[in-house]
Amino acid sequence: MLNSLKYTIKEAFMQVFRNAAMSIASIFSITAMLLILGIFFTITVNISLAIENVKDDFDTVSIHLLDETTYESASTMILQLEGMSEVEDVHYLDKDVALEQWTNDKFADNADIFDGLAKNPLPNSIEITVTELESAEKVAEVAKTFDGIEKINYYKESVDKLLKITESLRTGMMITMGFLVLISILVVSNTIKLTVFARHKEIEIMKYVGATNWFIRGPFLTEGIIIGIISALLSSGIVTLIYSRVVKAFSMDVSWLLDTGPVPVGFMTFNLAWIFLALGISIGACGSIVSMRRFLDT
Amino acid sequence: MIKFENVTKNYDTNVGLEDVSINIDKGNFVFLVGPSGAGKSTFIRLILKELEPDKGNICINGMQVNTLPNRLIPQLRRSIGIVFQDFRLLPNKTVFENVAFAMEITHQSARNIRRQVPQVLSLVGISNKANMYPNQLAGGEQQRVAIARALVNNPTVLIADEPTGNLDPDNSWEIMRLLEQINIRGTTVLMVTHAKDIVDKMNKRVIAIENGRIVRDEYGDYGYKEEDARLHTGDYIGGGYRKYVK
Repeated sequence: MLNSLKYTIKEAFMQVFRNAAMSIASIFSITAMLLILGIFFTITVNISLAIENVKDDFDTVSIHLLDETTYESASTMILQLEGMSEVEDVHYLDKDVALEQWTNDKFADNADIFDGLAKNPLPNSIEITVTELESAEKVAEVAKTFDGIEKINYYKESVDKLLKITESLRTGMMITMGFLVLISILVVSNTIKLTVFARHKEIEIMKYVGATNWFIRGPFLTEGIIIGIISALLSSGIVTLIYSRVVKAFSMDVSWLLDTGPVPVGFMTFNLAWIFLALGISIGACGSIVSMRRFLDT
Repeated sequence: MIKFENVTKNYDTNVGLEDVSINIDKGNFVFLVGPSGAGKSTFIRLILKELEPDKGNICINGMQVNTLPNRLIPQLRRSIGIVFQDFRLLPNKTVFENVAFAMEITHQSARNIRRQVPQVLSLVGISNKANMYPNQLAGGEQQRVAIARALVNNPTVLIADEPTGNLDPDNSWEIMRLLEQINIRGTTVLMVTHAKDIVDKMNKRVIAIENGRIVRDEYGDYGYKEEDARLHTGDYIGGGYRKYVK
């Protein structure tokens, strides 16, 4: 058993080196596929992150209270809201504090427009942060049942639109990724089929001498895995290089477009490397198993 | 030990073997002769369980071949050494590795392999070429490697399918001497051939097959005239055997 394992690994490495041309061809095609996948993946992850960030801006519900509503009745509302699992944070915003915020922050440059106001036009309000964008509507429904409220503000239309966009983006990406994986398996199994075909005479001889199917398959399988690993390492390296450049360029020129900027290089490439390894190994292994089937069916 | 009992094998309408019974005991040296398409290769392919007989029993080295499950085919083939006209060496492996391969498939340790392969290589007289690749060797040398590979697991039976078909007379005789030597050590040798001069001179048991039937089984010479013998060749030239392989 151990002898065979040693043989299989030794043999696989020898095959990779002695059939250098075929190995390089396979490595190129797997690397190319992984690169396309990887570039697509980084774009996807970044778009998702950007969407999540935008969502953060819309995850508030604010309940405007009537002027006659007392702080006490507001407190009972707050208590009830705090009990909901969808609610992350609730706080009471006094209208004077709100006006101060307006004059100091939002309209700091034109604060004088508030000077002419005889009385504070803003209502007292309860500001709620929900855990998820999707639960804003539910919280609003509950708030509607309260007495003494003027109106409930939340970004219903924006939320709906955003959710729809996210949804379709996600499915679109899933489908595209699925296609890319399928194509890469096809391309790779074709490449390996060429390798196996070039050696089908060898396989015949091995069978004549009395080798079992798994004994013949082992080195080819391991060879596929080795090629997969090499391709994964190569493409991880290339994606890291490209991505770090792009991130650098972004942070210099267009970072103002986004709230938080792109996904950090280290985090992205670490995860990508694992994905590449898993994909590369399975593509290589599947490719060699599939393409050998025809020559081993005795 | 090779035993055929009333074995029949037909290809569609063509006759492969017709009710053939043969008994080749341990230590025999047997020539299998006959014209093209007589059934010689059917005979060998039945031994290797590349084909299933339509009728009859086949017993090789104590294994009932016709009822042997497919997963045991490798076991059967390991107990038989095979040498082909076109050598069939693995082109990407050196001489040493080609012979070692036959041991590796039986899960033997690297130490055993390192010990035994050089012995077999020196037996066939090719020790000095151990690190060369098959395409760097002459035909006679390649056939020696093939014989070494067939012998390295100490098979009880050695089947040689026209081993001298691609060789010049000098090399042919070298190979024959080697086969005889192997036979003297106790291995059963079954050799398919069209080489009249070899069969005549060796004076061993000769089994002749024609149209799927055994027409002669006795010690002596080739039994066919020179002109007929020439017609018999061309049988497997160019490795025609390969087209049968699944």
